[in-house]
Amino acid sequence: MTLARRIIPCLDVHAGRVVKGIEFEGLRDMGDPAELATRYNCEGADELVVLDISASHQGRGTFLETIRRVAEQLNIPLTAGGGIRTMEDGRAVLRAGADKVTVNTAAVKRPELLFELAQQFGAQAVVLSIDVKRNGDSWEPYTRGGRDATGRDAAEWAAEAVSRGAGEILLTSIDRDGTCSGFDCELTARIASTVPVPVIASGGASTFDDFLAVFTGGRADAALAASIFHTATQSIGRLKKFLAERGVPVRLSR
Amino acid sequence: MKIAIVDYGAGNLPSVERALAKLGADTERAVAPGQLACAKAIVLPGVGHFGAFVNGLRERNLTSSLCGALDSGKPILGICLGLQAMFASSEEAPGEPGLELFPEEVRALPTNVKSPHIGWNQLRRVHTSKLLRGIPDDAYFYFAHSFAAPASAQYTVAACDHGFPFAAVIEHNNLAAVQFHPEKSGETGAQVLRNFVDSVP
Repeated sequence: MTLARRIIPCLDVHAGRVVKGIEFEGLRDMGDPAELATRYNCEGADELVVLDISASHQGRGTFLETIRRVAEQLNIPLTAGGGIRTMEDGRAVLRAGADKVTVNTAAVKRPELLFELAQQFGAQAVVLSIDVKRNGDSWEPYTRGGRDATGRDAAEWAAEAVSRGAGEILLTSIDRDGTCSGFDCELTARIASTVPVPVIASGGASTFDDFLAVFTGGRADAALAASIFHTATQSIGRLKKFLAERGVPVRLSR
Repeated sequence: MKIAIVDYGAGNLPSVERALAKLGADTERAVAPGQLACAKAIVLPGVGHFGAFVNGLRERNLTSSLCGALDSGKPILGICLGLQAMFASSEEAPGEPGLELFPEEVRALPTNVKSPHIGWNQLRRVHTSKLLRGIPDDAYFYFAHSFAAPASAQYTVAACDHGFPFAAVIEHNNLAAVQFHPEKSGETGAQVLRNFVDSVP
């Protein structure tokens, strides 16, 4: 009997479409969220994350509609977030069909939000998202999509967030994101050994070996990736088989 | 007659509704005791806080009709917090009585394991299970919880380990309950719900 390590595809959504941010070029269209969700559900994804990368108030209705369309396709858990500022924002996302909500910038500004969400929906529904940059020997959380430095230490913020109600940490390395150079295993191990809740590693995934590394040395409970799955360069089924053959407990589809 | 899904004012009911609808089951959300009396089976889903959950049931006068339905022999399925609520009490809400169908106390997962217990885990079969019929022994189920009922509870048919052995599936006559989320457990979870729907006359 083993708790399986999770493979989580992520859909970055803008104006109702899955997109990929390309440096200096803007956004590239990667497809329809519901269609990708259907594919991942069939391929053996353990969970799905949908993030509103525009995170604007104007686009809120469109994003909630996207959550509804995606949730209809799934028989696995769905996490949604991006621009969640208040408990009402969180409630709207959960009502639309998400099982968990992620918060980032608003929780740094007002950490009580984590407690309020956990009190209302349970800690298992509250995912704190931390975007981290390495500064020498330490890691610093950034907000507003990596634009604003917080002046804090990532491990210290993660521990505080858990004490305030976060039930899971979605940890993204800004340095690695989009680089295809592998997860920051050192960062992931550091946070995973600090907090008593599951840690989802994100940023930099490219090869099957990257996933193996983050589940072993990186001590991650789950690993998240976006574009490598969208473009079908890597299939979730083959990835899980690869991990299983190397002793990582994963849920294999039948 | 329909399968009533108890609506206590929180929780992700659409996913349970959708999962049952895919199996061809006819469901309705029950907010009033009369609806439970008329239903041919009852699903009690739950997420969130034990205290808020049992209070939500009491405020809607649903507790006595749930117990009435139990006596009448209607199939009842509790999910996640719906399982925990069947016990006498929970460390999550000290002093707040549950439905008291089982005498044990629901306990917090210990600090030597990650809590919440989130993710896909396997079960250890203790007795023959109607809900798990046709499901391989090594199948995975999706869990998301910080509290659990001890596996020593009398009607545990399958257990799971996370910090301590806890009740993952309970079955007693027409009453069944699962700590995992069948509606989120892929095809395996769909089979659990199918087994429940098949037990509905």
